[in-house]
Amino acid sequence: MASLNRPGQPKSGFLQSVEARRNARRWVRAEQSVIVILLVAATFVSVLTTIGIIVTLIKESFGFFQDVSVWEFITGTKWAPLFEPQSFGVLPLIGGTLLAAGIAGIVALTLGLGAAIYLSEYAPDRVRRIIKPILEVLAGIPTVVYGFFALSFVTPLLQSFLPIPVIFNVLSAGIVMGLMIMPMVSTLSEDAMVAVPRPLRDAAYALGATRFEVAVKVVVPAALPGIVASFILALSRAIGETLIVTIAAGATPNLTLNPLESIQTMTAYIVQVSLGETPQGTLVFKTIFAVGLVLFLMTLAMNIAGRWIVRRYTERY
Amino acid sequence: MEHHQAPLGSARVTSPIAASVTRPRYSGPTPPSGSAATRSPWRRWRDRFFFLLFFASVAIGILGLAALVIDVLTDGLGALDFSFINSYPSRHPGESGIRAALFGTIWITLGTAAFAIPIGVATAIYLEEFAPDHWATRLVQLNIANLAGVPSIIYGILGLALFVQALSLDRSVLAGSLTMTLLILPIVIIVSQEAIKAVPNEFRDAAFALGANRWQVVKMVVLPQAIPGIMSGIILALSRAVGEAAPMLMISSLVFLTFIPTSPGDRFTVLPVQIFNWVSLPQPGFQAVASAGIIVLLAVLLSMNSVAIWIRNRYQKRY
Repeated sequence: MASLNRPGQPKSGFLQSVEARRNARRWVRAEQSVIVILLVAATFVSVLTTIGIIVTLIKESFGFFQDVSVWEFITGTKWAPLFEPQSFGVLPLIGGTLLAAGIAGIVALTLGLGAAIYLSEYAPDRVRRIIKPILEVLAGIPTVVYGFFALSFVTPLLQSFLPIPVIFNVLSAGIVMGLMIMPMVSTLSEDAMVAVPRPLRDAAYALGATRFEVAVKVVVPAALPGIVASFILALSRAIGETLIVTIAAGATPNLTLNPLESIQTMTAYIVQVSLGETPQGTLVFKTIFAVGLVLFLMTLAMNIAGRWIVRRYTERY
Repeated sequence: MEHHQAPLGSARVTSPIAASVTRPRYSGPTPPSGSAATRSPWRRWRDRFFFLLFFASVAIGILGLAALVIDVLTDGLGALDFSFINSYPSRHPGESGIRAALFGTIWITLGTAAFAIPIGVATAIYLEEFAPDHWATRLVQLNIANLAGVPSIIYGILGLALFVQALSLDRSVLAGSLTMTLLILPIVIIVSQEAIKAVPNEFRDAAFALGANRWQVVKMVVLPQAIPGIMSGIILALSRAVGEAAPMLMISSLVFLTFIPTSPGDRFTVLPVQIFNWVSLPQPGFQAVASAGIIVLLAVLLSMNSVAIWIRNRYQKRY
């Protein structure tokens, strides 16, 4: 390479030239050793990030659980750390989070799966190449923009035909969140459907199946692990989403199944406390680490499950 | 940015499926002599109905996007002018602007790039070119995939506890950039790995055959080939950082800044945080200001994405 056949090599004698080459080789080797150390150090940053997240969440939650029992935290149905008398039952926050993510999931699964079937089974290649990037734009829009959209467009629209008491409601936030995660479901599901071998479709067509029957009875079942995984990953994204629910779903911890009510999600609570006047180090401030730990464990479990399903339930053709 | 879920893309299919495939259900009353789809009106009707339904899903997605864009434009275009770009926030909607937020976003983006690019690319090079095939390597890889799925607010908690408090960087540009670095690092690593993987092995073999050592191969052969892909991926990752509000909300908090940061130790605000601030104000005038801010934010993101796509198309090579 460049350093081995440098043009200005000494020409004044054979021995000198051998020595110069030996030095060059030594230098090249030393460079590589230094570089590898730097590369390994860089790789450790991502390992340290995970350790940092886990240590931070557990250490601060530990302080919290010395004052509030774990049992009270995970079974209590009233969440009111900011008011007297304080109450630390996390279930309303988890319930609110799951309700919002559930609505988003219904929207994203319906639209995403329909779009994936259309793109993979019906759309001509030219149409697919235009539509797919447009749908993926939805995944790139900042969540604060979706929050504004939910509050200024979707909520008034819903209020025009639904009895929504206050402006904040989980339905609007959930629908918009569903729109946000829809491309995740459609892209990953379509990838899984496209991977279904063509002969399976041809066989079904040869037996007289319609396009719909091929799509729903052959392709979707064959691509099911990919579809389920895409759905789980999208749900995990919805559970961790912050801005839409903070802006449009309200700040009232509320254990309910009514989508027209205002709720508070775990993420919205963390934002509320970190923006408030709560002094750091107090019991109230420590709640964000305990809630963060619950959120982290839930999304981690779903991400691992999503990948596990793909690995476990798929088989190469 | 969940495209790294590579196994989904590969040609795989479930085993229970084989059964349902070999026995397609047959619903016609008599054996078909032509195409079944044209013989049974019910099945033909159902086929068309579901075609419309599937197409409607796509249409609703696109309509949702269109409604969002139109909603933002109609609310915000009126408030968008040069004085909006060049003013500091104010109590009066008409006098509010995004100068502080725009400069804050530039500071945070450059700061994040300064940390995330070297660390991310170095990690990708190590994992793709140097790391032995070992359980520890696979664990590191799995860890990176998991980090990419951690909610952004968790990074905000980490940044608050680690950079703002433990390292006493306060709510500074530096603390914000470091937090954002950790957030986009998994994405930078994954896209860089993809770009490095796309360089054909023959190139490496040829360089090895000429006596190059591994680092020389990476430096002189692999990186020059992979850099366009790495760059377009990094720009997309940075555009994620530009639009990300949750962790910045925790690090910067809602501040009323009437100066632009001049050093990494200064306080800052960024576009999404400023927009969130305006959206949560009750006075109606601020809705227009928020939309105008959104238009600027979307314009920034659109140009970043266009550059990334241009780089990818301009330098993309097929072997």
